[in-house]
Amino acid sequence: MGAGHGGPLGSAYVARDSVVHRLPAHVSLVAVVGFALVVVATPVRTAWAPAYAGYAVLVLAAAALARVPAARLARGLVVEVPFVVFALLLPLVARGPRVEVLGLSLSEGGLVAAGGLLAKATLSVLAATVLAATTTPQDLVRGLQRLRLPAVLVQILSFMVRYADVVTGELRRMRVARESRGFRGRGPGALRVVAGTAGALFVRSYERGERVHLAMLARGGDGRLPTGPAVAVPARAWLTGLALPLAAGAVLAAGMLGA
Amino acid sequence: MTADPSLLVEDLAFAYPDGHQALFGVDLRVERGERVALLGPNGAGKTTLVLHLNGILTGGRGRVSVAGLPVQKRHLTEVRRRVGIVFQDPDDQLFMPTVGEDVAFGPRNLGLPEPEVAARVDEALRQVGMAGSADRPPHHLSFGQRRRVAVATVLSMHPEVLVLDEPSSNLDPAGRRELAEVLAGLPVTMLMVTHDLPYALQLCPRSVVLDGGVVVADGPTREVLADADLLAAHRLELPYGFDPRTVP
Repeated sequence: MGAGHGGPLGSAYVARDSVVHRLPAHVSLVAVVGFALVVVATPVRTAWAPAYAGYAVLVLAAAALARVPAARLARGLVVEVPFVVFALLLPLVARGPRVEVLGLSLSEGGLVAAGGLLAKATLSVLAATVLAATTTPQDLVRGLQRLRLPAVLVQILSFMVRYADVVTGELRRMRVARESRGFRGRGPGALRVVAGTAGALFVRSYERGERVHLAMLARGGDGRLPTGPAVAVPARAWLTGLALPLAAGAVLAAGMLGA
Repeated sequence: MTADPSLLVEDLAFAYPDGHQALFGVDLRVERGERVALLGPNGAGKTTLVLHLNGILTGGRGRVSVAGLPVQKRHLTEVRRRVGIVFQDPDDQLFMPTVGEDVAFGPRNLGLPEPEVAARVDEALRQVGMAGSADRPPHHLSFGQRRRVAVATVLSMHPEVLVLDEPSSNLDPAGRRELAEVLAGLPVTMLMVTHDLPYALQLCPRSVVLDGGVVVADGPTREVLADADLLAAHRLELPYGFDPRTVP
């Protein structure tokens, strides 16, 4: 989605012109998944801290190359919050040798595990945030299609991207209409009204689905979404894209050899 | 070219599965290149008739043929190429991620080779004044632009008949005029379902009034709209101050 257009899905995208933005979506996808796999495969031990620092440098370099603002990266990390809560619990509940930190008796193993969990989650979420900031939702779906994701899943995602704005628009109008007649969403009584709205939205979306299907049939549709020919990707784009996971892999290999 | 009319509907009757009968024997003949307005109050059976033209609804009495080809299951692909329906809500019609892919949806379903598909997308978008928008996502367009792209999605199939369901609804005056300019310039047979009587007069030399599932009037649009008794009998009303006899 272009600059200046928010929308529920488009808001993740940061419109810029950079090497990372120009990468074909499926190359970026492979790069991010590859990077995440390397990060996850790295052992959780104190001795491996430099490797994690290396990964952080790599993913931040990619973000800098793509000129993704730091604030955007920070916003991306919000999805990590549940992991953080879990990680913070680990040192308290894990067993084994204890250490005193600020008067709290914490498990040493738990601390290391929590650190590892946090590091892995943060690095992977950062990489995914860079991906979302440099690839439009439409291109992501197309990338998944090129990576041979089953057609039905591609279609579901594709419709989600197309209709997210339409459905949230409907929801917003229903909310405005509700509130214009004095409704305040407070207390248990409001639940009944909100449930009614959800039901109405479901029925409307279902009916829209039927109309979309009708419009497809009217143009000779048979349930498939035909797409154009795939453009060949030059080897250089693959090399550029895979630089991130390859460099991360090199860091991991160096650690293995050193250990 | 054949001498067959673009559209021939003979004695068409249809009842929905719940028993509600919508059409009671409709006859309609539209010659090649004609622009015809289909008028009538809500519930008159207009949409039911339209959905018979490309075989989405079938199974009632009577016959429909498009440029000589009967609307039957074995001809469905060709019938749907020949009859292009533009639905009322462009958000229902534009379901692909980009404008270009949506306009290409029909031609690709026809199995056309890619260079031909690309040429048709260009041509159709140019015809509706939306050239250069192929890569834009539909939801970033204005409502009027989306309506025009919806027309392009059908034009790219080179239809024999263009069927428009309430083309002027929800458009602002400028969007309404721009669409009229686009439609007036298209060299296809056109059937326009509308409540917008001035629009019918502007674009369609002939009007057909459908009410209660039958054709109750068929004639030059100006005469139909000047017949106050006819309009009153079928819940049709001209906008305040509009006199079809004084419009140039």
